[in-house]
Order: sequence, then C-alpha cells, then structure tokens
Amino acid sequence: MILPLERRWYHRAIIYTILLLGLLFVVIPFLFMLSTSFKTQQFTFEYPPRLIPQQFTLNNYIRAMKTDLFFLYFVNSLFVALITTSATMLISAMMAYAFARLDFLGKETIFYFLLIGLMIPPVMLIIPQFLVAKNLKLLNTLAGLIIVYITMNLSLQTFLLRSFFESIPSELEDAVLIDGGGRWTIFWHIILPLSRPGLATVAIFTFLYSWDEFPWAHVAIQETTRRTLPVAIALFQNQHLTQWGQVFAASTVALIPVVIIFIIFQRYFIQGIARSGLKG
Amino acid sequence: MRPTIKTENRFSGNNTNATIRAVDWFYQIRRGWTAYLFLLPGLFLFGLFVIYPMLYSLRISFFDWNVIKPIKSEFVGLKNYQVLLGEPIFRRAIINTISYTLITVPAQIILALTVAVLLDQHIRFKAAFRVAYYLPVITSWVIVTLIFEYLFNSQAGFINYVLRDALHLVDKPISWLADPILVMVPINLLGIWKGVGWSMVILIASLQAIPNEFLEAAAVDGATPWQRFRKIILPLLRPTLVFLIVVLVIGGLNVYISGLLLTNGGQPLDKTHFILTLMYKETFDRLNFGGGAAISYFLTALVFVVSVVQLRLLRRRVEV
Repeated sequence: MILPLERRWYHRAIIYTILLLGLLFVVIPFLFMLSTSFKTQQFTFEYPPRLIPQQFTLNNYIRAMKTDLFFLYFVNSLFVALITTSATMLISAMMAYAFARLDFLGKETIFYFLLIGLMIPPVMLIIPQFLVAKNLKLLNTLAGLIIVYITMNLSLQTFLLRSFFESIPSELEDAVLIDGGGRWTIFWHIILPLSRPGLATVAIFTFLYSWDEFPWAHVAIQETTRRTLPVAIALFQNQHLTQWGQVFAASTVALIPVVIIFIIFQRYFIQGIARSGLKG
Repeated sequence: MRPTIKTENRFSGNNTNATIRAVDWFYQIRRGWTAYLFLLPGLFLFGLFVIYPMLYSLRISFFDWNVIKPIKSEFVGLKNYQVLLGEPIFRRAIINTISYTLITVPAQIILALTVAVLLDQHIRFKAAFRVAYYLPVITSWVIVTLIFEYLFNSQAGFINYVLRDALHLVDKPISWLADPILVMVPINLLGIWKGVGWSMVILIASLQAIPNEFLEAAAVDGATPWQRFRKIILPLLRPTLVFLIVVLVIGGLNVYISGLLLTNGGQPLDKTHFILTLMYKETFDRLNFGGGAAISYFLTALVFVVSVVQLRLLRRRVEV
C-alpha cells in the first residue's frame, strides 16, 4: 500500500475514476463481441453501433455449431487440451521429482539443457517441427498437436514443480524407503497427493496454452475436420469476411471454458504467475 | 551422497585412476537408473521436438531446401542470410517489429504499474477489477485480434464512430486496415491492451512484498505520496521491472498472430510484415524453407543479443 494515510475523499474519487476508465477500455471490446454474436446479419454493422441488439437472435450460435462445424472444433480442442494437460502433468512431475530428490550423473547438465526450452522463441521451432512431424506422419493429426504441446510446456512446468517438490519435507519419503518402498511408490503415493496446488497451477496453464495455441495448429493441420477452435475461427473469418455474428458466436463459445476455469482457479493463477512469471 | 572413491587428481594419466574413474561412472550410472527412468519420457520428447529441431533448423538455413526430396537440397552457405538482409521487405519487417516493441513495452509497463499501484490501495471490488483486467490475457490471440478487426472496421466500426460522430476529431471514416502505416495502430493498441493484465499481476505480487512499515515511516516523516512512490516503491520494484522489460521485449519481437490476421499476411504489398509473419509467408506460402529457417534464426539471435544487452544495462542500474 503506497498511500496508507491518504483518506481524503477526492483521492478515492480519482482512484476509482482511473480504475473504472481502464475497466471500460478492457471490457468494451468483449461487450461488442458478445452483443454482435446475438445480432442478425443486417445489424452486425449498423450505424451508429449499438451494444444492445435491436433484434435478438440465437441463430448465429445454432449455425456456427451445426453448419459451420464449430461443435466439432470445440470437441477437438477439448480433446487436445485434456490429453495435453494430463500428460504434461505426469511427464513434467516425473522429471521434476528426479531433479528435486534423486542424485544422478549429469544432473546439472541435463537441467541446463532443459533451460534451453525456456529461452528459445517457440515459433522458431515451427519449421523443423513441421518437417519432423511430416516424417513421423503426425501432420494433420491431433496426436501431432498434443505431442508438440506437451514438449513446449515441459521445461516451464518441470521448473515450477521442482521448486514445489523441494518444499515438501523429505522425512516421509525416508520412512517409505526404510519400509522397503521404491521411488515410484513415493512419487505416486506421497509426492503427487501432497502437490495438488502445484499440479493445479500446471494444469491450468497447460490447458489454457493448448486451448489458445494458434501458430503450430495453423501449420500442422490442413484437414478441415481436425481443426482446433483458434484455427477454425481465424480461417472461418478469413473465408466469410462479413459473417461476424457467427465468428463471434464461435468466439464466445471458445471463451466460456477459459473464463470458468479462470474464475474458479483465480488463486492458482495469481500464485503461479507470481511464482514463476508464467505467461497466460 | 556420491560414492567417495573419487580420484584426487582428475587430470593424471595414471592407469589405475582411469580404472577407478570408470568404475565410479559405472557405479553412478547404475545408482541413477531410477532417475533416468523418471526423466526418460520427458527427455525423449524434448530431444525429438526441441533440441533436434533447433539443430535441424540451423542446417536447413544453409540450404536451398527441397521439401519433397530433402536429400536433393543444395548447400548454399550463408546465401539465405545474405538474400534476407538485402531484401527491402525484410528490412521493413524488422522496422515494424522493433517499433512495435518500442511502443508496446513501455506502454504496457506504465499502464500496468498505474493499475497495480491503484489496486494495491484500500478499495472495494479489488478481486473483480483484477479478474476484468486479466481477461484479455487469457483470451486467445485469435479472438482478440478478430474483435479489434471488427472495432476498427472502416465503414461502420466503433472506433471510427467514436472519432467521427462522438468526438468530431475527423470528418470522414479512416480506413485503418488498408493502409500500411495506419494498420499498425490497431496492432500496437492490441498488443498493449492484451498485455497490461499480465504485468499488472506480477507487479501486484511484488508490491505486496514491500513491508508497510517503510511507507508508514516515510509518511510520518512527511513524505508526499509521489515521493514515497519515487523513493521507496520504484527502487524496490526495480528487479521486477527489469524482469518485465526483458520478458515483454522478447514477446514484442515475437509478435505474430495479430499481425498475420489484421494485415492478412503482410498486405498491402508486403509492407506490413513482422519478422515472424514474413517467416510464415516465406516458408509455407513460397515454400522457401531455407529462407524461412534463416529468418527464424535471425530472430533468435536478435532476441538473444537484445536480452543479454538489456540484462547487462539494467542490472548495472539496479546495483547503483
């Protein structure tokens, strides 16, 4: 708090005015998206622009979901995001556990090796990834998206989980080791259950990454029926320049899961970002 | 933890030492096999889709790459890079990218700092404000770009309506998206608008870590709010600000989706490219994989150099 002793009424008035003004700038574009998605075609570009539709219609949603296949794209996106999220959680937790608790040759080297993943701009990998995926026959498949998404999240999530695991006291593990339990038992029955908040953070950020990702999906998927939402929305708009109602109906549908997850797990978001500078 | 049979002198050519070292290695690798199993799936993916592609891309950038028959690709040395640097379209893309970075980074930081400081006061609806300000960050680039395209429409867009009919600043509608300079306005505004929330959250976290006693003591000594901000808050926030600047600059140089969609891939006349949109066009429209790989390596080098220089300069200023 910067102004702990500032209680004068006009200070407050200024603060609220600035914050509300900012809020207006942030929210207005979303309001236009929402309202246009309920407008009939002839009113999408009415002049002067209105936020409340004169004729309210659900047609855009019905047409987007049925004829324009956005329900299919939604399912594709959901499938990719769910598999990516669970696989990333498991694989990066395993790596993080090795780095946090086990002693092995080349530990530091491998760790710095993983750091590369944090430093290179992801888009620079698109060309060679495209060629690798082509050779492995992964182009035009959802598996191709999933594998690359997992990989692009590995470094960051491993670092996040490693610091989380290190904060768990190791006495519990020693007890298991003395009783003859193995490392896998410890990992599965002690570390993972104790790391729910850390895993939640990983899950949220990986899910959002996969849900919103455009550049790789844009390059890797040509087949219409395998598109994910961001690619489908962008290409639909490109083909039907004037169908803003359907574009924004699809966008609204794509945005709903994100907003729900965000509102429910707000706490983890803030913690996750504050802890590691994760990019949403 | 490690076995203690390690030799004293690592560099002696002594035979027994070498044997002991070999045994030592063997022992450690055997001891570590559980760890390697834990690492295996991740490292496999990482090698296949990050490390190998990184090196492969470097190789491609030295070839006139033949996508159909890679073996028939012709080695051209640095020609791809030379061609690139001589091309006006590429130079234009660099200028566009750098000015985007120079505009959006300071704007994001100043706005985020303002909002973070205000949200750190005793006010109501703090959580609601935070959620709303963060909304653009979690929305996909595709969606927010399309919203901006709609708002900046030349005939009946909201922005032209506000400028012409509400504020009377212009007398005819501006065609934002058709002009190579004007289209940078929505692209830059979008970059700022989408990014503020993220910097804000990080700044709020750092602000909360500042002990209140500092500020109260300063206030008791008669420091004005501005002095408290300038002399206490800002110096304590410096490490966070350095971090933000470096990360945001990297993000700025990587501007891609908004440019690609708002300019329809560099229209008009390839004057509106950014480094990455040009890479996309070169690679996947013109199928010049060698040239595309050269562009992506150029960008990587640029990101690397800029980050190192920034860290040097800004760190030093922190220490002073």
